[in-house]
Amino acid sequence: MEPIFAILVGLFFAVAVYLLLSKFIIRVLLGVAILGNAVNLLIFASGRILRDVPPVIGASLDMSVGPTANPLPQALILTAIVISFSFFSFLLVLSWRAYRVLETDNTDEMRVAEPEGDAPPPLRY
Amino acid sequence: MDGTALTCLTLFLPFLGALLAPWLTRRMGHNAAWVLALVPAAIFLHFIGFSAEVADGGIVTGGYRWVPSLDVGFYWLIDGLSLTFALLISGIGTLIVLYAGGYLKGHKQQGRFLSFLLMFMGAMLGLVISDSFLMLFVYWELTSITSFLLIGFDHTRQAARRAALQALVVTGGGGLFLLAGLLLIWNITGTTQFSTLFAMAPQLKESPLYLAALLLVLGGAFTKSAQFPFHIWLPNAMEAPTPVSAYLHSATMVKAGVYLLMRLNPAMGGTPEWQTILPVVGGTTLLIGALLAVRQTDLKLMLAYTTMASLGLLVLLTGFGSPHAIEAAVLYLVAHALFKGALFMIAGIIDHETGTRDIRKLGGLRRAMPITFAAAIAAALSMAGLPPFLGFLAKEEIYYALGRFDAWSVVFAAIAILGNALMFAVAFAIALKPFLGAKVETPKPAHEGPLLLWIGPAVLSLKGLAMAALAGLTHHLVSTPMASAIAGEPRLVEISLVPHLGVPLGLSVVTVVLGVLIYRNLDRLRALLAGVLADIGWGPDRGFDQAMRGLVGFSFRLTQRLQTGRFDDYMTVTFIALAVVLFATPFVFGEMPRPPVFPKDVPWHELAIMAIAAVGLVTVVLAKDRLTAIVSLGIQGFAVAVIFLLYGAPDLSFTQFMIETLVVVILALVMTRLKVYKTDHRPFRQTLPDATIAAACGLGLCLLLLTVTQSPFDTTLSDFFNLHSQAIAHGANVVNVIIVDFRGTDTLGEIAVVMIAALAILSLVRLRAGSMTTRMADNDPDAGEGSA
Repeated sequence: MEPIFAILVGLFFAVAVYLLLSKFIIRVLLGVAILGNAVNLLIFASGRILRDVPPVIGASLDMSVGPTANPLPQALILTAIVISFSFFSFLLVLSWRAYRVLETDNTDEMRVAEPEGDAPPPLRY
Repeated sequence: MDGTALTCLTLFLPFLGALLAPWLTRRMGHNAAWVLALVPAAIFLHFIGFSAEVADGGIVTGGYRWVPSLDVGFYWLIDGLSLTFALLISGIGTLIVLYAGGYLKGHKQQGRFLSFLLMFMGAMLGLVISDSFLMLFVYWELTSITSFLLIGFDHTRQAARRAALQALVVTGGGGLFLLAGLLLIWNITGTTQFSTLFAMAPQLKESPLYLAALLLVLGGAFTKSAQFPFHIWLPNAMEAPTPVSAYLHSATMVKAGVYLLMRLNPAMGGTPEWQTILPVVGGTTLLIGALLAVRQTDLKLMLAYTTMASLGLLVLLTGFGSPHAIEAAVLYLVAHALFKGALFMIAGIIDHETGTRDIRKLGGLRRAMPITFAAAIAAALSMAGLPPFLGFLAKEEIYYALGRFDAWSVVFAAIAILGNALMFAVAFAIALKPFLGAKVETPKPAHEGPLLLWIGPAVLSLKGLAMAALAGLTHHLVSTPMASAIAGEPRLVEISLVPHLGVPLGLSVVTVVLGVLIYRNLDRLRALLAGVLADIGWGPDRGFDQAMRGLVGFSFRLTQRLQTGRFDDYMTVTFIALAVVLFATPFVFGEMPRPPVFPKDVPWHELAIMAIAAVGLVTVVLAKDRLTAIVSLGIQGFAVAVIFLLYGAPDLSFTQFMIETLVVVILALVMTRLKVYKTDHRPFRQTLPDATIAAACGLGLCLLLLTVTQSPFDTTLSDFFNLHSQAIAHGANVVNVIIVDFRGTDTLGEIAVVMIAALAILSLVRLRAGSMTTRMADNDPDAGEGSA
């Protein structure tokens, strides 16, 4: 099953990177959202894949009988999903605010912090 | 309190004094100098307590371990060499603090000045006391930094700022060479302390890296001790107030390089490289410094260039290697510290009381300033090498060392005679010209300086006389132990004022005759040198300006190239780097994955859901309008949720469903307020490279995942959680137990992150557009002050 996952993960990353390379903020944001899923799937698959059996211990048992899915990557991903969502929401609102103030969603025109044609530093002491 | 703790306290005492100085000066005005002078005086008394033991050939070591695993410690070494330096630093330091009290009387920032001065004293003291390499380096750079503060004290003038920066760049940069050299020595010998280094001298000298280590160490010593062509910062440092020039730039800091050479002489000296480089560089510096001194008319600049010449002479002697050379260096070093410190202070008094220090505008001050005149004569006699002063003993010893009859010695004896004769002329130009002759009108009516000013030069001049008169005691306590420490073997210094006929006395007579001749033709020689220098035009000082301009221009252009300010440039570089790492690393280590084996029995619904995810992804890229893009984003997100569900992760699946729904809803809300172009507005010439980079990153991560899943899997952690989640944490759902129990603190942090993000979002949403623009205008550095 892992090779198929590898191909899918590769596709997720390729699409995310392609969107992140755009000049337009909204496409970059879509890229960020997909990048989160790509990373989660990467972690999921590298913890090995097992069909159907969730890591839940049956009633009146002290530990699982038989193989279950790996719980560790799941715990990590659960955290990652929530964090990437907060991050995405923040970026989204930040872009909306930048759009309101700068009236553009093109990153080439967002040059407040690093203005174009900046003067060279003074050569005095 | 035991001796070790007391010495340690002594080393930190100047820094404590530096803390108190501004407060004391606010309370007591310039009289605070009397209190603050107690600090160096106490240090002087503490160190003089070691002199009996050191005079008998003893060595005092002590200190504390610092980083034992790296063999780094705070260790000190008190032998003849470091003790003499410590006594000079604290002794002259006492007088300088008093002098600064008088010199900057009424200055608004006198407290700050005294504080800097004491900090420098602490740094210099630590430098000469250090036994550990690293401790020496730290103190070495600390002297550069405090010297930067002192030279730039008058920071409203551009010349002072330039001089301060130049001194920092030259000496601080040299310090980096020194660090590299010391690390190399550590590498060769395996020791980090001077006291254990001396025994390893043969190993060090035979190492193939010896020359590299030597050159690096010399890079540090020559910049600090102003050897040609690194001398430029020293005359420029005369921008500093005169107490600084008298202390740092004659008696102490500039001698740090000479100190280092003397300290390393037993370990690195005596080789052909050592005995060639040092005399040649020192001799060049001596001649150029002495000639440039004659060229000047400013008292302080004349003294600065003669200091450079004297430093050249000391380097020459340290590396010359003939009998008496080390002894001569010792005597000259002590004599120079005394007379040069005194002469600088005298130049300061003249400047302070008359308003000028241009030698052509001064004359006839002998009646107005009798004490200063007497001190000046005494210091100048010592500088000229005339009896009965310490300078005479030093010069006789120099000629004992150089007055030999091989070609090499004859050349350097000639250089020394010419240099000494020039310094002789300059010494008397400084000590006689302003005081003799007809009275010249000065910007301020001339009168004698107060006690605080003349006590320093008077004591130093008398000291030069006393040390020569009591030559036996001087040699027993100072010269012999110091010369022995430098030579690494017992040496005996015996020279005295008693006349001794021979080659040295003959050379002295030649020097004096030549000196008198130069003195009488000083104005003509000065005009000649000025013409020659004007013809040359370019000098290392202009070179420094050009180098700095080049550096600033280069860094500006490099920054512009690296930081284009364009987001897609940064992203492109980042992902190219990612792709390179992903492909280069497995290629270098030969860890490419094996060809994958695809499973045959994959149920069709699993393949279908993956296909749906893929369709969603591709549609996001190709979407013509924003609604399609959002819906496609939702499709791939929900497909991922189903994948989690199919592969035994129901918790992930539920979370993913919720989050994905929220993302779509929020995105739809915000997107309606944003203008979105229908398609990706990338021209084809950009689409292709972007797609290539994206495909490379995707393929690289695909290969990475294949490699990971093909390697053996370590289940230790997963087994631990399976085994203990019911037994210890009493939870059946292992994933939940990990989140809320085993990694509970981590989850708390996560909640904090979510909350902070929510707060940030809230504040961004509630910020009115108007307030935002105002704030940005405030941040504009070019906006005038009143425009807000």
